[in-house]
Amino acid sequence: METMKIDNNQLLRFTTAGSVDDGKSTLIGRLLYDSKAIFEDQLEAVEITSKRKGHEGVDLALFTDGLKDEREQGITIDVAYRYFTTPKRKFIIADTPGHIQYTRNMVTGASTANAALILIDARHGVIEQTKRHAFIASLLQIPHIIVCINKMDLVDYSEEIYDNIIQQFEEFSSKLYVKDIRFLPISALDGDNVVNRSENMEWFQGAPLLNTLENMHISSDINKIDARFPVQTVLRPQSKEFVDYRGYAGRVASGIFRPGDDVVVLPSGFTSKIKTIDTFEASLMEAYAPMSVSITLEDDIDVSRGDMIVKANNKPTATQEFDAMICWLHKDSARPRAKYTIVHTSNEQKAMIKEVVYKIDINTYGREEDDKSLNMNDISRIKLRTTRPMMIDEYRDNRITGSFILIDDATHETVAAGMIV
Amino acid sequence: MSKYYLNYLDELESEAIFILREVWAQFENPVILFSGGKDSILVTHLAKKAFYPSKIPFPLMHVDTGHNFPETIQFRDDLINEFGAQLIVGSVQESIDEGRVSEEKGKNATRNALQITTLLDAIESNKVDCAIGGGRRDEEKARAKERFFSHRDDFGQWDPKNQRPELWNILNGKYFEGEHFRAFPISNWTEMDVWNYIMRENIQIPSLYFAHQRDVVWRSNSWIPVSEYLKLEDGEKIESKKIRFRTLGDITITGGMESDADTLEKIVAEVSTMKQTERGNRTDDKRSESAMEDRKRQGYF
Repeated sequence: METMKIDNNQLLRFTTAGSVDDGKSTLIGRLLYDSKAIFEDQLEAVEITSKRKGHEGVDLALFTDGLKDEREQGITIDVAYRYFTTPKRKFIIADTPGHIQYTRNMVTGASTANAALILIDARHGVIEQTKRHAFIASLLQIPHIIVCINKMDLVDYSEEIYDNIIQQFEEFSSKLYVKDIRFLPISALDGDNVVNRSENMEWFQGAPLLNTLENMHISSDINKIDARFPVQTVLRPQSKEFVDYRGYAGRVASGIFRPGDDVVVLPSGFTSKIKTIDTFEASLMEAYAPMSVSITLEDDIDVSRGDMIVKANNKPTATQEFDAMICWLHKDSARPRAKYTIVHTSNEQKAMIKEVVYKIDINTYGREEDDKSLNMNDISRIKLRTTRPMMIDEYRDNRITGSFILIDDATHETVAAGMIV
Repeated sequence: MSKYYLNYLDELESEAIFILREVWAQFENPVILFSGGKDSILVTHLAKKAFYPSKIPFPLMHVDTGHNFPETIQFRDDLINEFGAQLIVGSVQESIDEGRVSEEKGKNATRNALQITTLLDAIESNKVDCAIGGGRRDEEKARAKERFFSHRDDFGQWDPKNQRPELWNILNGKYFEGEHFRAFPISNWTEMDVWNYIMRENIQIPSLYFAHQRDVVWRSNSWIPVSEYLKLEDGEKIESKKIRFRTLGDITITGGMESDADTLEKIVAEVSTMKQTERGNRTDDKRSESAMEDRKRQGYF
């Protein structure tokens, strides 16, 4: 393995949704195997299991096997995270199951992803599951989608079949909001166009999958315009050396902050200027997402966890009522007009679901306006009311200040994930 | 500065700092589980950064099996002094003396599984509501499914099929009396990331990680260090080898590897060409295909 130069290498998080049938596990196994992220003892273990199960050769899918129940049933139940590194980037794969009953896991995996891989079996073309995955990727605003048309070896590497599938995909995806979408003909089993360019598909001019992932432009995935700093905690060392130090610790959600900037603390509305932006190593001339820093202000004003520091000339919307798309995550359905704890950045308060506007059929993208229930894996548009104003941005503009979760106070479980519209 | 993105090590550092600050903000009485291994040293180092210029606001909790490398204990005490942190020790020997657990029998007996009881007792008696660990998802297949904030029921058990979903960077640390959480700030780091970061930051780690001359015995495909707890078997002989340890656990279960890597640079170079997983020399993981998952369900680290 080549030692990587750390200075400029970014982290790229991508999600893969799908089932064993469309070759998702094989594709991940192939990426890990060909990028040498698999160790000999793991390979040996998989070889032994492959033989015991009567497979020919090494079953690459076994590299992604997880919990006991998953191995026994041959399925993925939960989100599993996998890692590999190339000389250009570090990758985190959120590997999620593709079946409709696991929508909540797909949503979870998609929430932090820069890119989504959507797999299509070349023999079957676009199926319901494909539409589901594309919908979730678009709902969660994953900036880049790579549609991998897999098992090209089983359709004689036919360019015509590949073109037809792209056409099928584009017909329905025109209804979705996706910034960047690419298509790749691959064979995960044989490795065509995964790490190495396929010799069987010379008609394809694009780069193989790994190369695409390595070179995709992701710096602009984060909002650089709207400066938002949710305060996590206040640092007051009260030591001799730092007698009056009051640092507001947090991670920049978006935008850029600099010392001297005119800022407002929300919800109080107090104004001040940034005095310093500190880290353990140094005071910085600027801070941007996703940096963890601590900010000190020129004025001694009351700031605590749950507050947000923003620039005076660019504020989020302060409101107690708003609409959101939510995915219901829990087996207990929502109670009508029920109250939940809402967590939005570091801010926490109570919220009531005022109304279910419609439910989405994620296979057809149709709206069901008569169905007011919220059951596990449902994706619906709702109206919420909170006890105090919340400082929100639209999810489309800001994945951090536009998202929230709902917690059931009776169980403390996370029951819903929401995206503000 | 003209680029507005972080390199991956800085991003991992920032993520870990974010999680440590969430732990501090959401829990009443968190501790760092400190084993003396590189991962818990890294977590402690990250905590120093997260709360600067304040001191690390958490005590360090060490579950002491009594089967330690002497170097680990020395290192622990030096670090506590340097950071001015508080140390809480849970003693497996005491759990044995009190009859809470009994020693395993047989030739591969270890105190590895016994730690679970001592750990859970220490968590309960110190009213700890969140124990921060150095677990990483790349270590083992059961750990690949772990959350940043991992809920434990009032028996200290993990239910991998019924975990709270974690979306974006919103962490739900709510619990009922008697339950607790484990938090894993370096979940997304790989072994290589940890070493690259230790080198970049020049973090002090125990001498055991560097190649040194040591009396060892060849057993289960690795060099087991000679100690008062090691019983030689027929045909085994003590040899002196230049070895280093890739992970640190109990002296009874941690196998070393032959190596000349006596600097961080050489270790990083060696790790990057490694063909076996990090825990491959840990006999505790070799007991069955789901050894880690089974222990984690019961309350293991």
